[in-house]
Amino acid sequence: MNWFERVREAIRKEEPIALATVIRGPEAWLGAKWVIEPDGDGWGNVHPELDRRVRELAHRYLTIGHSGTVLLPSPEGEIEIYIETYVPAPRLIIVGGTHIGIALTSIAKILSWRVYLVDPRRTFATPERFPHVDRLIHAWPDEALPDLITPQTAVAVLTHDPKLDDPAVIAALQSPAFYVGALGSRKTSARRLERLRRKGIPEEVLARLHAPIGLDIGARTPEEIALSIMAEIVAEQSRLRQAARAAVPEEARL
Amino acid sequence: MREVLEAIDRWKGRGEQVALATVVKVIGSAPRDVGAKMAVSSGGEMAGSVSGGCVEGAVFEIAQEVLRTGRPRLVRFGISDEMAWDVGLACGGTIEVFVEPLP
Repeated sequence: MNWFERVREAIRKEEPIALATVIRGPEAWLGAKWVIEPDGDGWGNVHPELDRRVRELAHRYLTIGHSGTVLLPSPEGEIEIYIETYVPAPRLIIVGGTHIGIALTSIAKILSWRVYLVDPRRTFATPERFPHVDRLIHAWPDEALPDLITPQTAVAVLTHDPKLDDPAVIAALQSPAFYVGALGSRKTSARRLERLRRKGIPEEVLARLHAPIGLDIGARTPEEIALSIMAEIVAEQSRLRQAARAAVPEEARL
Repeated sequence: MREVLEAIDRWKGRGEQVALATVVKVIGSAPRDVGAKMAVSSGGEMAGSVSGGCVEGAVFEIAQEVLRTGRPRLVRFGISDEMAWDVGLACGGTIEVFVEPLP
């Protein structure tokens, strides 16, 4: 299997992978490749010391899903390497097969997200109402969520029913999900926070919750509310990406 | 890469050679981000894009040359650029594109 076949296979199987290429340097090295797997393993042999550095940097880039160029010293002089990382499409889990959920699914699919809908109520979560979701899951949120959530997952809790909302919010807040939001007015959100506090959820965990959900764009219709939710999720994703990029050491950010 | 895979598979299925162009650096603001891809077949077809449409023609020519010589090339495009390419990016940014033959 050559580098292109391996990258294609990883993309198809939704596995993360990094690819490094010499883009500036001695003619003989131009276009040389390294493939780096998520466990830091991989292949590509140009020069032992360089191989080690490239693998290390590519692995770090892969952890934060960043692509870019680095300058590295080599026995042949300074060379420039482009590291590209492929990370699976981010995941949006919608809890509650509501009208806002339908609109949110459409917007998320336009943005190439994988969308999962969780709702134990079969009358709400039907394939007819949600033709675009990747998976319909008829289960209680606290049972379904833990297995579905990755660090690239956003959770939007939209049922408006504390029986479903509260367990979903608790499960999501205690997961690696990068975003958790819950629908409801300021009053509803304040009452929810009170209930969660009484259940012993610590303040620093509650601070992760986006409620009322969505950016304040004066949204009124279900579609506008869905837009405000997706905008908030994208904003949070960008903020975290910036923070992760800033955490990469200076020498690797050339 | 996802957006050009289908075309690449189709071309390779017909036994054609394929060159891949990737935006590896963006200075200032440019229409497409680092990682944007454009694929070109030896049969003269293209898929994907590396800019808002302003440099695709030039990249296509370079890709054909890369397919002929088998040697990858790094090319820079931008308004402030002094290269012979008479193409400027509408928004004033500079991009570097790496063009290579696929194995």
